Amino acid sequence: MRIVIKGGRVIDTANSLDGKQDLFIADGKIVGLKKEPEGFESDLQIDAKDKVVLPGLVDLCARLREPGHTYKATFQSECQAANSSGITSICCPPDTKPVIDTTAVVDLIHQRTRNANRTNVYPLAALTLGLKGEHLAEMDTLRRAGCIGVSNGLAPIESTEVLRRAFEYAHSCGLTVFFFAEDYSLKNNGVVHEGPVSTRLGLPGIPETAETIALSRALLLVEQTQVKAHFCRLSSARSVSMIATAQEQGLPVTADVSICNLHLTEMDVADYNNDCHLQPPLRNERDRKGLIEGINKGVIAAVCSDHQPHDADAKAAPFSQTEAGASTIEHLLPLMLHLVNRKEIKLEQAIAVLSSQPANILGIDKGTLAVGSDADICILDLDSSNSVDKASLLSAGKNTPFKGWELPGQITHTLFNGNVVFQQD
Amino acid sequence: MSDETDVKQLISEMVTAIQSHTISNNYAAPLMIGIKTGGAWVANRLHQQLEYKDPLGELNIAFYRDDFSTLGMHPEVSPSQLPVDVNDRHIILIDDVLYTGRTIRAAMNEIFDYGRPASVTLAVLIDRSSTRELPIQADIIGKTIALKAGEHVKLLGPEPLTISIDTVRNTGTQNTG
Amino acid sequence: MTGNKIQLDKNGNLKHFLTTEGLSQSLLQSILDHAESFASVGERAVKKVPLLRGKTIANLFFEPSTRTRTTFELAAKRLSADILNLNIATSATSKGETLSDTLHTLEAMHCDMFVVRHANSGAAHYIATQVAPHISIINAGDGRHAHPTQAMLDMFTIRRHKKTFENLRVAIVGDILHSRVARSEIHALSTLGALETRIIAPQTLIPKDVENLGVQVFHDMDEGLNGVDVVMMLRLQKERMRGALLPSEYEYFQRYGLTSKRLEKAKPDAIVMHPGPINRGVEIASDVADGERSVILQQVSHGIAVRMAVMAMTMGRSPEDSGDKK
Repeated sequence: MRIVIKGGRVIDTANSLDGKQDLFIADGKIVGLKKEPEGFESDLQIDAKDKVVLPGLVDLCARLREPGHTYKATFQSECQAANSSGITSICCPPDTKPVIDTTAVVDLIHQRTRNANRTNVYPLAALTLGLKGEHLAEMDTLRRAGCIGVSNGLAPIESTEVLRRAFEYAHSCGLTVFFFAEDYSLKNNGVVHEGPVSTRLGLPGIPETAETIALSRALLLVEQTQVKAHFCRLSSARSVSMIATAQEQGLPVTADVSICNLHLTEMDVADYNNDCHLQPPLRNERDRKGLIEGINKGVIAAVCSDHQPHDADAKAAPFSQTEAGASTIEHLLPLMLHLVNRKEIKLEQAIAVLSSQPANILGIDKGTLAVGSDADICILDLDSSNSVDKASLLSAGKNTPFKGWELPGQITHTLFNGNVVFQQD
Repeated sequence: MSDETDVKQLISEMVTAIQSHTISNNYAAPLMIGIKTGGAWVANRLHQQLEYKDPLGELNIAFYRDDFSTLGMHPEVSPSQLPVDVNDRHIILIDDVLYTGRTIRAAMNEIFDYGRPASVTLAVLIDRSSTRELPIQADIIGKTIALKAGEHVKLLGPEPLTISIDTVRNTGTQNTG
Repeated sequence: MTGNKIQLDKNGNLKHFLTTEGLSQSLLQSILDHAESFASVGERAVKKVPLLRGKTIANLFFEPSTRTRTTFELAAKRLSADILNLNIATSATSKGETLSDTLHTLEAMHCDMFVVRHANSGAAHYIATQVAPHISIINAGDGRHAHPTQAMLDMFTIRRHKKTFENLRVAIVGDILHSRVARSEIHALSTLGALETRIIAPQTLIPKDVENLGVQVFHDMDEGLNGVDVVMMLRLQKERMRGALLPSEYEYFQRYGLTSKRLEKAKPDAIVMHPGPINRGVEIASDVADGERSVILQQVSHGIAVRMAVMAMTMGRSPEDSGDKK
C-alpha cells in the first residue's frame, strides 16, 4: 500500500519540523518527505490541505482493561477510541487482573494487540510480585518477554527497604521505573484533595504531603541507586518544583501529568461529581497552574490520558464508594488543543508532550515522522470542534468528566503501520 | 356589598341567637372556638359580648385540610390554641362563611383530636346557600346569601369587619368555607 | 453551592432536604416557623394530624441509629403517614444488589419519601439524583457531610431561647473533622445571621481550610468559650482514641470537656446543647449536662416537630411543582 498525504502542515517535534510538505508512505514506512521518492506511485492520496499532519500520538498511560476487566472495556473498543484521537502507541500499567508479573500475561497482551491491529501496546511489568510491595517481580524475564519498564501501578510500596531493593534491581536490569508517588498512610482512605472542598463535602481528604513525601523518599532512593525513574501523574505544584530540583542536580528523572489535572480542580468535584473521583486527586487552581508551568519549563515531559474506562456500576454509588478514574483517551488531543487555544501552552509544546517526548521516555522509535520510521500518523483538522457527549463516546467507559465541553480539533485520519485505521465520517 | 354597621348588626343578632340556643338546650358554660382567620375575628366579638369566662379557643385547620396533597403547605401557619380542655364541654364553633362544609369537617376532626366534647354547635356569619358538598348545616346563621356563579364572598378584617363580594375566576379546588 | 440546585423545585420550594448549605434565610426560618406549629401537636390528647394520610415514608438506614430513626418514625406517625423501617446493612448492598436496585425496589412499593442515613458523605445527594421525580429525600445523616434536621432542631432550640440569631456568638466544641452535625450547624448559623461561630478542638479534629466556612478556630477551650451565648458540644466517638487523633479520654476531658467552671467563661445566660447520646465525663461533666443551663432534653422533643415540618414541606408541594407527579 502506497499512500501520499498531500499539502498538509507537517509538525514533527522530534525533528523540529514545521511546514507544508507532502508525506510519502510505502509498505508501512515513511519513505519520503517533501520530495517524492523516485518511481513512487500512490494507491491512495489523502488531501491534507488546511490540515495538520502529526506523528501518531503516544499515550504514556491508558488502561485497556484486558486481561481481567472486560466488563469495563476491551482492547478492541479502547484501541478504536484511541485511534479516533490520533493515538497509535499506548503504554499500559501492570495493574491488570492477573497482574503483569508473569510472561503469560505479557503474551496475552501481545496477542490482543496483534488481534486489534490498531495500536502499539507497550506493557509495563510489575515492580513487585502481585503489586503487593513485598517481593520483587521477575523484572528481567518480563523485560525479555516484551515489557518496556517496571511499575507498581497505583499500589503502594510501604516498606522503604523493598523500594530501595526494587530500584537497585531495576537499575541492574537497565529498566526504567515508572513510579506513582503516594504515601499510603497519609492518603488514609482519602478520596479527594484535602482542602476547602473536602471539608465542605465531608469527604476524606488526601493531603498534598501524601504525594510530596512519597516523592521525596523516591527521589532520595533514585539518587542512591541511580535508577532511571519516571514519575507518573504528578498532581501538585510542589511536586513539579521537587522534580525540577532533582533534574537540575542531574538525576535521571522525568515526569508526566494526567490531562485531567491540567483542566480540572477540586472545585469540579463539588456536588459529588463521581466522574471527578480520580487518583491522584484533582487539587487546586494553584496546583493546576504549577503543572502547566512544569510543561512549559520542560520539567514535565509528557501528558497522558490516564484513561480508565469504567462500567456504569463502578460510578453508580455515593462518591467514596465509586471507583477512581476517568475515560479520557478520546479527548487527550482535543483537551491539549484547548489549552493551546487558551494560550496556556504553545502548539509545538502540546504536540511534543503527546508524541516525541513520551516516546523518548519509553525509549521507543515512535512519535516521529523521520524517513524510515513506521508510518504511524494522524491528520488533524484544527478548525473544527466537537462537544463532548457521553453517549457518543467510542470508549466502552462513558465516565468522562468533560461532559458538555466544547473542544477544538478533529482527527480526520489515523494511520497505523501505513494502514488507515480511523477516518472521520 | 356591606359596611361595618351591617356586620355589627349581624353579630348582635347572632349573640341573641346563641344565648337562646344554649339556654333552650341547657348548655352550661359553653366553650367558644373560632376558626382562623375570619372565624376567629367573628368569635372574638361574640366572645366579648357573650362574656364567657373561659378564654376563646382558636383553630388553625391547616393540618387537617383535605387538599394538602394538591395545594401544599400554607406559607404561614400559626398554631391552634385551645387553652381549655374540650372534654365533656359544649362547644360553640364559629366560622365566617359556610360554603362547601369542608373547613367545618376539618375543624371538627381537629377538635376531636383534642378530646371528646359533649356537643358542638355551629354558628356562622354568612351561609352561602346551596353550595354544600358535605352534610353539614349551621345551627345559627347571621345571614344567608345566594351568589351567582363566579361570585365570591369574603370577610375583611380584623378592624373594621366588612363583607366583600368579588367576582373571581374559579381556580378550581379552593378550600373555602 | 452544594445541593442547592437539587434541593429546590422550580418554584423554590423544598423538594429534598439534603443539607442546610445554600438554602435561603427565609426558607430556614420557615422550617422553624412550621416546626413551631407542629410542636403544639405533641401536647394534645391525640398527638396526630392527618396531613400525610395515605403517604408512605421509608426510613432507609444504611447505618444503624435507633435514636434518629425513632424520631423520624414518630414524626411520620404524627403526620398520619405510613412508615416503613428498613435497616440495610451495607454488606447486603455490596453483595450484588446495587444501591440503585434497592431504591428501585422501594419505588415499586410506591413510597413517597425516603429518609436516608448512610455512612458515606454525599449518599443522600446521590440517592436524590437516582429516584423518580415524585419522591422526596430527607437526609438523616450522610458520612461527615450533613445532618440537616439535627442542625435545624438545634436552631429551633436556640431560637426558642434567644429569640433571634443576630448578635449571637456560638461555640461548637469537639470532633469537627468527623461531624456532619457541625457542618450543618455552621451553614445554618451563618445563613440565619449569627454574629460569630467558633469551633473549639485540637488541630487533629479540625478539617483543613475550615475557616472558608466562616468560622473562627480555637484550640484553647477557655479562650473559645469567652462570651458565647450558646455552647454546642459534639459527641466524641470512642474509636477516635484508637488512631493517632487523641491520646486518651482523660486528657481530652481535661482540655476540652465542658465543666461548670469552664462554662463560667460563657455569658451568664448561655445555653448548653448536645446532639446526644452524651458521653458523660468525656466531652461534658454530668452536672453540666443535667444542669439548668442544659437544653439537651428539649432538643430531643424539638427534633420531632422539626422533622414533621420538613416532611410536610417537602411532601406538600403542588403537582406542577414536582415534575411529573400524578
